[in-house]
Amino acid sequence: MQGAGYRVAVTGYGVVAPCGVGKQAFWNGLLGPGVVGAKTVELADWDPLPFFANPKEARRADRVEQFALAAAAEAFAQSGELPYDRNRIGSIFGTGIGGLRTLEEQVIVRVEKGERRVSPFLVPMMMANACGAAISMRYTLRGPAETICTACAAATHAIGYAARLVAWGRCDAVVTGGAESAATITAVAGFANMTALSTTGCSKPFDSTRDGFVFGEGAAVFVLERWDHAVARGATILGEILGAASNADAHHITAPSPGGVGATACMQLALDDAGLAPRDIKQVNAHGTSTPLNDQAESDAVVALFGRPTPPVTSIKGVTGHPLGAAGALEAAAVLLSFEHSLIPPTANTAELGADIHCDVVIGGPRRWTPGPTISNNFGFGGHNGSVIISPAS
Amino acid sequence: MSQEIFDRFTQCAVKMLSVDAAKVTREARFKEDLEADSLDLVEFVMELESEFGIEVPEQELEGITTVGQAFDLIAAKAK
Repeated sequence: MQGAGYRVAVTGYGVVAPCGVGKQAFWNGLLGPGVVGAKTVELADWDPLPFFANPKEARRADRVEQFALAAAAEAFAQSGELPYDRNRIGSIFGTGIGGLRTLEEQVIVRVEKGERRVSPFLVPMMMANACGAAISMRYTLRGPAETICTACAAATHAIGYAARLVAWGRCDAVVTGGAESAATITAVAGFANMTALSTTGCSKPFDSTRDGFVFGEGAAVFVLERWDHAVARGATILGEILGAASNADAHHITAPSPGGVGATACMQLALDDAGLAPRDIKQVNAHGTSTPLNDQAESDAVVALFGRPTPPVTSIKGVTGHPLGAAGALEAAAVLLSFEHSLIPPTANTAELGADIHCDVVIGGPRRWTPGPTISNNFGFGGHNGSVIISPAS
Repeated sequence: MSQEIFDRFTQCAVKMLSVDAAKVTREARFKEDLEADSLDLVEFVMELESEFGIEVPEQELEGITTVGQAFDLIAAKAK
């Protein structure tokens, strides 16, 4: 990373997703069938109790925070105890919305039963920073605890900022990632009425018949720490954050800039940050939402930066749907798993690429590869672009 | 005191405060014995209001620290 004094190691991560709770279950899900016939893809039979001291504590956490704490538990179990000054361990988290389910429930309570019945826990449960705050409190992390709310780019931005705090020497370790669980009836209606959701209930990124996204949810949490510290304490290093970037289209509240010029610039900035050339990138984990506009702009951006043939491009959103602010977190987890298994998961549901798609999309089955530096992109309403470059440990 | 009302009070405490029924005694202190903080108590009182069909103004809760004190307040209104 530019200005870095230190390399940034990933030493633990955890995942909660509809296709699998826990990173290996998540991986199996990514290799399985895509979602079809649904506006939303949500965790069935989610039980938060294993992740809380008692039912009262679980009830006080919105579902999005429950996901975040469950993913954090898996991440910390893998990283092991971080033997650092707690003032130098941060918590930088991403979410698009926060505790929207709680807000929607309590609005209904207020309308039906009156103001006196509104829960005293409404505010701490709905606030967007609740997930990061909960992680900070549970693990006694007294360094910077900040939440980034850049819509669907939130987790990618969070990972980038977290890595920078480690690279710059401000923190010895930072816990990062993102979570989302916002598919309330009202939110689904809002996305549907803006014609962002697939009317056929099928997420098929880059396909010729793609017609919108499917609303997902989930969380992934990562433990980043100084590479030299991780080596010194004998931690297993799972990957390295080589670079990250953030910029804005300054174009339109929902539509990407034509030709994906903002995304191209963002990826270029990330390459510069990592000190890499385009040819060094061996996989693109795309934002790939399955909306006509996003996928075309992203394909244009990838071709503009890498030329043709492009590196292999995949989008996991055929399986995961679009978990908004958690997207970059689930996708960073998918990248780490693609290193571990030497396979790039396929873009599920996609059968025939659109005529406007000119990048090398992995479809039909996983592709074997020699793991190398991978760029993960996410773009948010508001024109926010985020890219992060992750490489295998070596 | 009415055992029936105390049983209903206890059930609310078990549900809202995640405590064993056996810990809900007249002498139990909310903060120290039942690990209930101020927001817990607000939620608990809301549940009691709903259970007994009563209203408990906030100022009447001042100074209440034990189950017995809270129960007497509720029981007086629940009659």
